[in-house]
Amino acid sequence: MALDKIGIAKRIAQELRDGWYVNLGIGIPTLVANYIPEGIEVEFQSENGVLGMGPFPFEGEEDADLINAGKQTITTLKGAAFFDSATSFAMIRGQHVQLTVLGAMEVSQNGDIANWKIPGKMVKGMGGAMDLVASAENIIVAMMHSNREGESKILKKCSLPLTGVGCVKKVVTELAVLEIKDNKFYLLERAPGVSVEEIISKTEGDLVVPDFVPEMKL
Amino acid sequence: MNKVVKNVEEALTGIESGMTLMLGGFGLCGIPENSIAQLVKMKVKDLTCISNNAGVDDFGLGLLLQEKQIKKMISSYVGENAEFERQMLSGELEVDLIPQGSLAERCRAGGAGIPAFFTPAGFGTEVAEGKEVRVFNGKPHILESALTADFAIVKAWKGDTEGNLVFKATACNFNPMMAMAGKITIAEVEELVPAGELDPNFIHTPGIFVQRIFKGEKFEKRIEQRTVRPKK
Repeated sequence: MALDKIGIAKRIAQELRDGWYVNLGIGIPTLVANYIPEGIEVEFQSENGVLGMGPFPFEGEEDADLINAGKQTITTLKGAAFFDSATSFAMIRGQHVQLTVLGAMEVSQNGDIANWKIPGKMVKGMGGAMDLVASAENIIVAMMHSNREGESKILKKCSLPLTGVGCVKKVVTELAVLEIKDNKFYLLERAPGVSVEEIISKTEGDLVVPDFVPEMKL
Repeated sequence: MNKVVKNVEEALTGIESGMTLMLGGFGLCGIPENSIAQLVKMKVKDLTCISNNAGVDDFGLGLLLQEKQIKKMISSYVGENAEFERQMLSGELEVDLIPQGSLAERCRAGGAGIPAFFTPAGFGTEVAEGKEVRVFNGKPHILESALTADFAIVKAWKGDTEGNLVFKATACNFNPMMAMAGKITIAEVEELVPAGELDPNFIHTPGIFVQRIFKGEKFEKRIEQRTVRPKK
């Protein structure tokens, strides 16, 4: 069965490593914080100016001055730090953040990503996404394999305005874990019960499928 | 040097139609809400506003958009505002969307006497169109120029009579860089204290960057996304 959003978040959480600083984008990426593997310590950075983000506050304890990049009220953990936006992006551009997880509308087999604009329809802006994808060494994209019309979003070439070029290395969808290298998608894992044929049929980009494709362990 | 002005009216004196303003804040967090309300009252028009976001329909910079006082917005993310989207798609409002880190650094550079800098953000995207590209350490970067403003309007938690500022939590965001980049910088604060009461070790923005400071009359501090977990 295809994964739900929580399933995607759980699978991405398995990529976390001890000692990493991690930036989580809005949407599914935010959920990753709920599934940190036992025994490891990671610290979450939010580009609006906080390191050491904690869970949502208890009802009645919200502080308008304490939000994440999705403008949601949050708390901080012991050892947290606040800073201005220039310092925040120094952390990001300077590669002090080890992992970036973000959503996408499209990715292509050369690692391009599009997630900020649909010309004539939706223009929300890129926020910090262009800075994040241009600099992060390790980017994981959390997304759905196809759009509501059933068209693949895992493409040979992105059709929407790009957010970054040649930057995405790994994609986790409701169907599969894909790695991007040598201008191709490599199928690493499939969601429990999802067939390789289904993944092939929903992937427009060039897909390399090994003889044996293990199921994700969640 | 005493920077105190008696109220928001005095603080915003000299702001005229057609000027470029920087306004601190991220979403509705850390925005100079008293000054924005005053700009509405002043009816100044054709403003170019540099701000990470554009408020929501009925708060923050959304209030200026409703009155069509803004000619051009320079922002990184404008998603929460239907009137903004309408004015932008219809062409009434000129919009320059730039990556958030580049926006922060362009303000910082403007205040720091750095006319331009190279950044990898936006290379290969429409943001890079018309900009010089140069390769450093094998990686392409684009040239971004500094931003300054006729007036920068920032919001701080505490300030003293010298204009020294302390921000609270994530209400800091763009405020320190914008304070540096304004030809005249106005700070509205929640608490205004005499010089000497703030510990010099913990000043975020030194008073040299601030020309006028006043205590805001009231702070609504609206929350955009109230997310909570139930008490056990």
